[in-house]
Amino acid sequence: MESTTAPVKPQFSEAAKAEIDRICKQYPEERRKSAMLPVLHIAQAEFGGWVAPEVQDLVAEVLGVKPIEVYEVSTFYTMFNLKPVGKHVLEICRTGPCQLRGSDELTLELERITGAKVGEGPSADGLFTLKEVECLAACGFAPVVQVREKYYEQLDTEASVNAMLSELRNMVHRPALPWEEKGLPNAVANN
Amino acid sequence: MAKITFDGIEVDVPDGTTILNAARTIGGGIVPPAMCYYTPLKGSGGKCRACLVRVAAGSAKDPRPMPKLVASCVTPVQDGMVVENTTSEQVLNVRKGIVEMLLINHPLDCPVCDQAGECDLQNFAFEHGVSTTRYEEERRTFEKIDIGPLIQLHMTRCILCYRCVYTADQLTEKRVHGVLGRGDAAEIGTYIENIIDNEFSGNVIDVCPVGALTDKTFRFKQRVWFTKPVNAHRDCENPKCCGKVVLWYKGKDVLRVTARKDQYGEVKEWICNTCRFDKKETSDWTLEGPAHIDRSSVISANHYELPVLNAQVIADLPESSVRDLEQNPPMRLGN
Amino acid sequence: MGRKLLTEHINVEGIDTFEVYRKHGGYRSVEKALKTMTPDEVVEEVKKSGLRGRGGAGFPTGLKWSFLAKPEGVPRYLVCNADESEPGTFKDRQLMSKLPHLLIEGMITSSYALGANTSYIYIRGELLYVLRILEKAIAEAYAAGFLGKNILGSGYDLDLYVHPGGGAYICGEETALLESLEGKRGNPRNKPPFPAVQGLYARPTVVNNVESIAAVPVIVNDGGDEYAKIGVGKSTGTKLISACGHLNKPGIYEIELGVPVEEFIYSDEYCGGIWKGRDLKAVVAGGSSVPILPKELILKTAAGENRLMTYESLSDGGFVTGTMLGSGGFIAMDETTCIVRNTWNFSRFYHHESCGQCSPCREGTGWLEKILHRLEHGHGNERDIDVLASVAKQIEGNTICPLGEAAAWPVSAAIRHFRDEFEWHIRHPQEATRPGAVYPGKAVLA
Repeated sequence: MESTTAPVKPQFSEAAKAEIDRICKQYPEERRKSAMLPVLHIAQAEFGGWVAPEVQDLVAEVLGVKPIEVYEVSTFYTMFNLKPVGKHVLEICRTGPCQLRGSDELTLELERITGAKVGEGPSADGLFTLKEVECLAACGFAPVVQVREKYYEQLDTEASVNAMLSELRNMVHRPALPWEEKGLPNAVANN
Repeated sequence: MAKITFDGIEVDVPDGTTILNAARTIGGGIVPPAMCYYTPLKGSGGKCRACLVRVAAGSAKDPRPMPKLVASCVTPVQDGMVVENTTSEQVLNVRKGIVEMLLINHPLDCPVCDQAGECDLQNFAFEHGVSTTRYEEERRTFEKIDIGPLIQLHMTRCILCYRCVYTADQLTEKRVHGVLGRGDAAEIGTYIENIIDNEFSGNVIDVCPVGALTDKTFRFKQRVWFTKPVNAHRDCENPKCCGKVVLWYKGKDVLRVTARKDQYGEVKEWICNTCRFDKKETSDWTLEGPAHIDRSSVISANHYELPVLNAQVIADLPESSVRDLEQNPPMRLGN
Repeated sequence: MGRKLLTEHINVEGIDTFEVYRKHGGYRSVEKALKTMTPDEVVEEVKKSGLRGRGGAGFPTGLKWSFLAKPEGVPRYLVCNADESEPGTFKDRQLMSKLPHLLIEGMITSSYALGANTSYIYIRGELLYVLRILEKAIAEAYAAGFLGKNILGSGYDLDLYVHPGGGAYICGEETALLESLEGKRGNPRNKPPFPAVQGLYARPTVVNNVESIAAVPVIVNDGGDEYAKIGVGKSTGTKLISACGHLNKPGIYEIELGVPVEEFIYSDEYCGGIWKGRDLKAVVAGGSSVPILPKELILKTAAGENRLMTYESLSDGGFVTGTMLGSGGFIAMDETTCIVRNTWNFSRFYHHESCGQCSPCREGTGWLEKILHRLEHGHGNERDIDVLASVAKQIEGNTICPLGEAAAWPVSAAIRHFRDEFEWHIRHPQEATRPGAVYPGKAVLA
């Protein structure tokens, strides 16, 4: 299970540092702040699926900006979790096209099975956090749930929902990200 | 230079001037209201939509009207532009709508708000709004955040003008507050409990158009219209501080110190926190005379701008000020 | 069968690799443009093609390109808007994940036309897996000499990067997107200045939708005139339509502009009709922000002509009886659909996605949602419908960016065409809020 509190003085893994360096080079030298969102994504992946204040401070340090500049951004974009989450965050699309094909019912079903409630903390076993999100751009394959970088589509049957959940339950470590394949990232080690 | 026609009045202004500032050169009742724009703050404006005007002709070159109302505070003039503000029914109606929008989630707690009497939202609603509301839903609330002993934050009153953010950004080295969250849940905050503490942080109080950021040291002390504003200055040791202030008196006591504002409520010269919070004795200051208060303000109800040696005014001033005024008669009245 | 200009090879095994894509004629436009055309000639072809912005606004792409300021010695940028998030729209995700090289090819040819030496693809953060696909494809293109310094020996340099968002619909608005790319909150900018003059890092910038950019290779290969021959009138070329909702075959269809709406919905070549043998009730034809139309008006214009899938035909009748092609997000609703519920859902979306910067949108979107929430849950009153219409009007046209309109239009249109269903919710709340309740028609109000 992932720890629910971030380390006091978090540090990026060597692999993540290398990835951050690569990303920062994509922008003009004096525009390092541009790397804010990609670096926040890396931070969230590294530190247990959420960005604790200390983690955001680390992002500020890495980018050479004031901490408030990170907070302004992390609280604006909905992908960044500001509170501890379960091992898997199920992001359930609730927007029109998904609703037309049963996303409301799917949400209730997922609440029933996992025991977690949308918008609240993780399930008792620490496995699942349920989060309702707006349109995931997969309307033709509704209803849809996103978990990390993966889309689970057409979850309108018991079988498809169960398949998703058992895949997640059986997952020991979250899938490694491209830059992690060689290094030893924090999150995989923590999982 | 560009020649524009604003509500039927022609005026020449330098290229690049905004419509609002062009109107301000004309002055008077035709000037659009502005709740978020603030001349000294770079990047301000465009947000509250109070200053929307109709551009009936874009320019001499392209005299077509603009399809939508434009924010006069951020839209530059073009030569030959024709603008309608008070002469456009549409503009006045939209402005009523803007008042309504700004008020639906406002707590309307004027009776206990220190800003009452000098509140831009109060004035804006009074001058441009309607007296009824159609809003039946719950009003938005926020968790309270303590930002230190000097400044009081009332988030429910905030209209998200961003002025305080620009002030902190442009006046201080280390901005610790900003706008967090988004949509109607966006709020002014520090995220991690942080005291807004910097030699110039107090200026956020003066730029705030509403009662969201008020002077904690003045909190609940007095309604502003019962205080007497007097211009004063001191030789401040902080090189960035202009040392020119308004002292707000009640009897002989200085209840509050603020920077000076012009007729559009804008501070052009900033003051430091020492002048604002620590210099509350008349002896700290050289008095210049009563501050000019606009006739439209409720504060003017108790305010007389007569020659300073007039006995009526002097009777209301603290003895020290009277002595000071007698010894150093001001060069001119008002500001 | 209509021609497939973008998606002809989409199902070819391995088409996401450089090698296979190249074998199927990929990157020819880069060779043609860089070796035989000047940048202005490329712009000219795009102008001639009549290509209109495929993100939703439908503004002519060539014209947009010609507005780009070109001050001496100042870098300029091309930014691809891959922040696809308008509800009902899911074409760009498919295009990018299956045909990453098509977008990259389009980016190279377009960047050359605009004189940009650094270009970005801004992709919504939820699509990180597509970002990985694109980055892999970009690496292949660098290795093959189609990106980097001195591309194909032409002397032209281009670096191409992919930048993820973080979950904010508003970043589909081009100036919000640029703010976001600069590492800030996605607050749209006041205009002027327009991005063509001051965009990314205050430099001249063009922002184009994925599908627009993906159409550039075919325009360059075949010529703008050829492209313009496809379609009807000012709706030239092909368009990807993302069809969803209560259809038998939801999915992405590349259509030649001009296909009749009726054919699109009912023919087996496209959506195959309404699911479960039900009747069609309403359609939102161009992404959730465009006006909803009842069955009668989506199939035929008010004048009784067949409605076509073109910019002009869909907007025939203005907003009184028409709608917009928008992004091509085609949402069909069957006869059991509750319009009030759907309108509330869309309002909740716009409320959730408002950046909060300007007051009419920040306050108004929340107000709309709250009223609609009450209505849908049986707590409406007779004043609500008029207040809704009026609040929508107070937002529309008075905001910094078009999210105001996007939030207002669905509400105004739902009331315009389905007012009686709103009244039913107010007057018969118990019936209307029963699970699975279906509006029985006007007679119930008598």
